[in-house]
Amino acid sequence: MANARPEQRGEPWKDPGAKPYVRIDKVTKKFGEFVAVDDVSLNIYRGEIFCLLGGSGCGKTTLLRMMAGFETPTAGSIWIDGAEVTAMPPYERPVNMMFQSYALFPHMTVRKNVAFGLHQDRLPKAEINDRVAEILKLVRMEQYADRAPHQLSGGQRQRVALARSLVKRPKLLLLDEPLAALDKKLREHTQFELINIQETLGVTFVVVTHDQEEAMTLATRIGVMNHGAIVQVGTPSDIYEYPTSRFVADFIGSVNMFEGRLVEDEPDYVRVASDELGGTFHVGHGVSAAPDATVWVALRPEKIHVSRERPEGGDDNRVQGVVSEVAYRGDQSVYLVRLASGRQVRVTQPNTLRQGSGDRIRWDDPVWLSWDSSSPVVVTQ
Amino acid sequence: MKRLRSAGTGQSPFLLAELMAWIRAHGPWRWASQGLRRRGYSGRTAVIGVPTLWLLLFFLVPFLIVLKISVSQMQMAMPPYEPLVTWASAQVMEFRVNLANYAFLWEDALYRNAYLNSIQTAGVSTLFCLLIGYPMAYGIARSKPAWRNLLLLLVMLPFWTSFLLRVYAWIGILKNNGVINNFLMWLGVIDEPIVMLQTDFAVYLGIVYSYLPFMVLPLYTAIEKLDLSLLEAAADLGCRPVKAFFRITVPLTMGGIIAGSMLVFIPAVGEFVIPALLGGPDSLMIGRVLWEEFFNNRDWPIASAVAIAMLLLLVVPIMILQRSQGQQLGAHR
Repeated sequence: MANARPEQRGEPWKDPGAKPYVRIDKVTKKFGEFVAVDDVSLNIYRGEIFCLLGGSGCGKTTLLRMMAGFETPTAGSIWIDGAEVTAMPPYERPVNMMFQSYALFPHMTVRKNVAFGLHQDRLPKAEINDRVAEILKLVRMEQYADRAPHQLSGGQRQRVALARSLVKRPKLLLLDEPLAALDKKLREHTQFELINIQETLGVTFVVVTHDQEEAMTLATRIGVMNHGAIVQVGTPSDIYEYPTSRFVADFIGSVNMFEGRLVEDEPDYVRVASDELGGTFHVGHGVSAAPDATVWVALRPEKIHVSRERPEGGDDNRVQGVVSEVAYRGDQSVYLVRLASGRQVRVTQPNTLRQGSGDRIRWDDPVWLSWDSSSPVVVTQ
Repeated sequence: MKRLRSAGTGQSPFLLAELMAWIRAHGPWRWASQGLRRRGYSGRTAVIGVPTLWLLLFFLVPFLIVLKISVSQMQMAMPPYEPLVTWASAQVMEFRVNLANYAFLWEDALYRNAYLNSIQTAGVSTLFCLLIGYPMAYGIARSKPAWRNLLLLLVMLPFWTSFLLRVYAWIGILKNNGVINNFLMWLGVIDEPIVMLQTDFAVYLGIVYSYLPFMVLPLYTAIEKLDLSLLEAAADLGCRPVKAFFRITVPLTMGGIIAGSMLVFIPAVGEFVIPALLGGPDSLMIGRVLWEEFFNNRDWPIASAVAIAMLLLLVVPIMILQRSQGQQLGAHR
């Protein structure tokens, strides 16, 4: 789950003086009694790829459709590039959208589909032709320009839809599950293509996805949504390494979650005693919670080390267990280790040695689990 | 057969099933079906064969009979036309094809005018049906799913009353001392009744009213299938709703428009009852001419020629239309 965008650009969200490009201000959307989007405020900056991530029915698509103008917020306002667009109809917004179903016009060729938006602006014919040719070249579809949508494969249709939504040079491009209809290999390939195109054109992207891997790869920042609300906004590594709630920790990647009690609370570390673990966590960051409060400790499977011998050092951050399952995944192995409390812990280890060589851990082996004090994250909600 | 006998009488369903299986495996059925299949016949042939036979018997054969009558000569006899084949002598068989009827149709302005008038009346009525039917179908297709069936039922409701009765009812509404005129005079809007019955207006009204459901139903099917995200995509690309309707909705529902128009236009061209009941003496439509030739003049050959000419007049453009539509459909799929 490597992020494909090392911090090559600044991080405008850290600069308090930066002007947000898209400002969503206390937006609520109700369908009858159902609250689809619940008091969401969000700032998105120029040149970002912002991913709205969440399960189905979390309100991410409704939020996107409000940015496109297909839904009007029940309360709150939406601003794009300093202008309020809350009640502006979609055909007047400086925004284009790529639909999940692609929504290509079946009675038009690829070229006509792409040119459709430019025709609406009554541009001169020569300019339309040039811009269509240019964008089709960018998505590498120029040799398919005269085909009908039904004569194209899923991946080709996706590229045409992208070209059609980009050709008007929108200030903001909204992508609704852009890669969901593609198979895994093509999806991975297309993710990088999307990033390249976004960097070439410098358009701001807002992507809705339920696929956390896709969000991790594409996004400059991710907004995780649950029940219509944004629960955390941050860079992919923030979201993964420093989740602020049990929901986010659980939703992104897999995690072992232990309930515990805060027994020692210092500015630079805390200790959490957990009956589930049958031991104590020593966590290298401070927590804002009352002493003795119930907290949860999230520990990623890949950050746990498995060994037969007891690791060196004190009693914190280690526990003994018995291997109950081993799953060989090729690049890594997944171990389920049962602790004395009966709790199963998921551990993944890279297979640095070839299978069959060396002393491998097997079923029913008694093992020690250990981790660094920088690895666990304490969440209070 | 051993297994058959071993199955007790208490398991009769099993017995029956096994018996059937045995017959299928060994009996004459298998022999026959295999024989047919070897010659390229299968169950599918039977399914298509039945309607084919039906059309052959009840459409093609009568058509040929009418065609035959149209090329014969009228005579005062029973039947009122000369036979196609006569025996000039014991050995000479005479086969006479009389094309004079068709020549007569071409020469006499009455028939030409009747044809043109019919096509014009049907065309205008079809246009009005489309203009009224499209918003209706659109409204139904875009209404809540729970409402749709009820609304469709309401569109079809007039079919539950006889067509003839409904046309008669219009006489009561339109005539000089009918519902509309009485009401307007009671209101004091008019002093004298407006003549509506026995005018072209009444004929158009009757046809549009009677055939509207045939327009609405295919349009509804086409509009209901339209993917709404296409309209959203058009709006997103800067297309205003009215323009999107003509650029996206109309082309993608063209199949329904053509089907509905044909369902209205074709029967309207040959319509007899509505112009006879609601139209004036001068509203000359080919259906009426046909009726008069057949029942008043008792000239069966001319009447047959009128019918055949009408058929050709309709079938040729329809076939052209269908071919172009088929190509379009192929392009869409």
